[in-house]
Amino acid sequence: MDKLIRVLVAKPGLDGHDRGAKVIARALRDAGMEVIYTGLRQTPEQIVSAAIQEDVDCVALSILSGAHNTLLPKVVELLEAENASDILVIGGGVIPTDDIPFLKEKGVKEIFTPGTPTQTTIDFIKANVAQ
Amino acid sequence: MFSKEQISILKEAVDKENAKTQEMLQKRPERKAEFTTGSGAPVKRYYTPVDIEDMDYMEDLGLPGQYPYTRGVQNTMYRGKFWTMRMYAGFATAEESNKRYKYLVEQGSSGLSVAFDLPTQIGYDSDHSLSEGEVGKVGVAIDSLADMELLFDGIPLDKVSTSMTINAPASVLLAMYIAVAEKQGVSSEKLRGTIQNDILKEYIARGTYIFPTEPSMRLITDIFEYCSKDVPLWNTISISGYHIREAGSTAAQEVGFTIADGIAYVEAAIKAGLDVDTFAPRLSFFFNAHNDLLEEVAKYRAARRLWAKIMKERFGAKNPKSMALKFHTQTGGSTLTAQQPDNNIVRVAIQTLAAVLGGTQSLHTNSKDEALALPTEDSVRIALRTQQIVANESGVTEVVDPLAGSFYIEAKTSEIEAEAMAYIKKIDEIGGAPKAIDMGYIQQEIMDASYNYQKKVESSEIIVVGMNKYQIEEEAPKGLLRVDPSVGEMQKAKLAKLRAERDNVAVDAALTKLKAACEGTENVMPLILEAVRTYATLGEICGVMREVFGEYQQSVNL
Amino acid sequence: MDIEKRLLAGDKRAAARLISLLENKDQEALAILKRLYPKSGNAYVIGITGPPGAGKSTLTDKLTKALRKEGKTVGIIAVDPTSPFTGGAILGDRVRMNELSTDPGVFIRSMGARGHLGGISEATASAIKVLDIYGLDYIFVETVGVGQSEVDIVKNCDTTLMVMVPGLGDDIQAIKAGVMEIGDVFAVNKSDRDGAKRTAREIDMMLDYNKDALWRPPVKMVVASENQGVDELIKALHEHRDFMKSSDNFIKRRAQNAKNEVVELIKERIERTILDQSKREERLEHAAERIAKREIDPFSVVDDVVGKMNL
Repeated sequence: MDKLIRVLVAKPGLDGHDRGAKVIARALRDAGMEVIYTGLRQTPEQIVSAAIQEDVDCVALSILSGAHNTLLPKVVELLEAENASDILVIGGGVIPTDDIPFLKEKGVKEIFTPGTPTQTTIDFIKANVAQ
Repeated sequence: MFSKEQISILKEAVDKENAKTQEMLQKRPERKAEFTTGSGAPVKRYYTPVDIEDMDYMEDLGLPGQYPYTRGVQNTMYRGKFWTMRMYAGFATAEESNKRYKYLVEQGSSGLSVAFDLPTQIGYDSDHSLSEGEVGKVGVAIDSLADMELLFDGIPLDKVSTSMTINAPASVLLAMYIAVAEKQGVSSEKLRGTIQNDILKEYIARGTYIFPTEPSMRLITDIFEYCSKDVPLWNTISISGYHIREAGSTAAQEVGFTIADGIAYVEAAIKAGLDVDTFAPRLSFFFNAHNDLLEEVAKYRAARRLWAKIMKERFGAKNPKSMALKFHTQTGGSTLTAQQPDNNIVRVAIQTLAAVLGGTQSLHTNSKDEALALPTEDSVRIALRTQQIVANESGVTEVVDPLAGSFYIEAKTSEIEAEAMAYIKKIDEIGGAPKAIDMGYIQQEIMDASYNYQKKVESSEIIVVGMNKYQIEEEAPKGLLRVDPSVGEMQKAKLAKLRAERDNVAVDAALTKLKAACEGTENVMPLILEAVRTYATLGEICGVMREVFGEYQQSVNL
Repeated sequence: MDIEKRLLAGDKRAAARLISLLENKDQEALAILKRLYPKSGNAYVIGITGPPGAGKSTLTDKLTKALRKEGKTVGIIAVDPTSPFTGGAILGDRVRMNELSTDPGVFIRSMGARGHLGGISEATASAIKVLDIYGLDYIFVETVGVGQSEVDIVKNCDTTLMVMVPGLGDDIQAIKAGVMEIGDVFAVNKSDRDGAKRTAREIDMMLDYNKDALWRPPVKMVVASENQGVDELIKALHEHRDFMKSSDNFIKRRAQNAKNEVVELIKERIERTILDQSKREERLEHAAERIAKREIDPFSVVDDVVGKMNL
């Protein structure tokens, strides 16, 4: 049996706009992945804990609050501390282009801004998860 | 409105014409096999009196300013005065937001609209661990009365009307506003403005909830009661479809779910012993404006008619003001594209026209750069100018409800009303909006519509200019607004100072009294006001309420 | 591969990875499980099931918090057996258990059905063993109780908790067939709602049919969202555990469960072997087509396939 890709879809930060997170969750499901959805207001600690216990291949973070420069690198850092740097971390939401180089430097593998087709995200995950 | 005979002659003619056209279409098909509105509802090739044959003019439309208010809630509408051009703004610290407000007032903005940062909206102080990275980001950080004093410094509160986008802790921010007015020597009877105060749509779509449903509904009815006596000109709630639509609902769902929420608030207040005509005139609504201009206009008209009938027939309201649905509009944030942001100016212009043709009482126009970041001063000005151009140059303001009588508009109005009513019936069967939300029913319906839309965009069945068609290579946009990252530290320092300098004995005493009130049944508003005056922080006040009420647990149906 | 050592040393990530490997039927992982099997059996396994919307996740969250107060460590396996044809799934049970996420004494794992050949119960059984070896005191297995596959999941537990809610009167009728009898303890959740007492009465009446049993399942009223009645429910669960352990019921139950498991594993193994031999469905489909056209009968096909296996 083929290994299923498992993805944690989480919303760090305090904003409650989960339309994007829910759409991506459904799109990944329809692309045959197993999505663990954890809901709103997730701290980096909660996200990393869940990622470890669920043994996911990818952590997909949706954030529209503007706190991305604080919270996304924190998730990467905590994963490293847990020896789990092999887990792919990606982000999406209202994130200014100027911030993307910083986030990538901090270890977020890709940022998907508004208007990105879900297929682009699906393809990226498939191509980049550790096999 | 048409005789049976006229209708039957027309029907025949339409059938004939249709048959002929169908034949023609075999050879020369139309652009698409199916035509739909922006919400995906089917649209016919043309509409005639046949489509509105059951309409009774006086019963279904009435005159402007008259029941059922389909044609607008005032008899003169924009001939009397333009809508309130209300630009939602607020970021970083109270001092910086205060500057922006003064700028907007200078530019001709006629009402203030305060955006709060997320910690404030969720009842956390700036030094709470969950506030890390969030302070001052999407709005202004308010930790205590001290911040509120700075926010409205030099702005006479008896002269402006202020709208505050605040929900779960609405009573605390309203209390702070009243306290600032007191210091300016303005009595609360003179205060005009709105608090959003709509917790149900937070559970459904916006996500900045704190307490569980029951205590939240109590806080809301406490505000209704308090304001009906002490702040009589205040709009105590803005029942919001805006965020429901942003979450991906259709136009009809926006109306149906919003009015279902409205019904829940009215029922809660009546159950709390209030007379419907004491609080209902202060209820207001908040809708979205999307790009399908005609569908949107029909939506607003349908909402007005539906609410009027419900208030009169279901709740037995006698005061006409209880039946007239007043609403604020914001142009649709989710319709903006990050690609070719200048195109957003055009979208916002169409949406402005929709809101105005739909008879809005106030309007916020989004800025072109909002899919990218918070708007800059320049882009906010263009957005405000868009309203001013529609108001002063388009001519649509010179006549009330100019689209009335269009066969399409009237048919569409009735169609949206019927679809919304079907949702309300279904929600009634479930046991009301709070229960339907608890079950995840409303969220699931919205999610289905949203995913459906997304799939159509990705298959290019729906065209979004610049995004899935007519794309260009673009450079990253420059000059976006950045919130100074040191805002969080500044707020923390202010808080530390405040906590050291205020009378902490008075703070504790006020919080203890508030706690007792929360545990009992008395109106909590006076006690919140008392706590605010001692400079108890928002986080401390909400902390006491969290202790008594607990916290809401999200319901997720995917 | 030191995953085995890491698991024994209490490494969360090793436990998590081993569960994934077993879900993917990794042979090496299976070998580890075989070796470590004697180390399992210490955790007390409680199945939690009930109709959709009964508040099982919230109740699991509250039960876990109560056990944590007693100083016990807890594993939670949240199984969602419904998934569409794509094989993908959205597993959302953690939403209700967010506060447990960072508790070092709690391990939560969400599992989807994945169109498993042998059903989801086999994968769940493996996950239980891993968390057991990992060293947790209690393991909750939570799943929606609507069909046979879910019943199979909770059947492999030491105690089964059935969660009901008021206002599902007809559903009780529907659920009772084959499902109600697996409950060792019943909880009526959301019992502050109208009709809660009636629901409890209906359950009681149903249980009366089985009067001669040694254990009479208690029916407890709870409001999970308000944390009401949770301590009494824990007490009832403990009482059932004590009842089991005070006699040979416990070992009998586990033996019965083991028997079920072995039968399931055999079925699954045979099914897989047959399908492998028939070149993965291809030949089977060909045969099925011929059967449909009445060119051949199903019995002869079975004779043919099984005959080749030399059973």
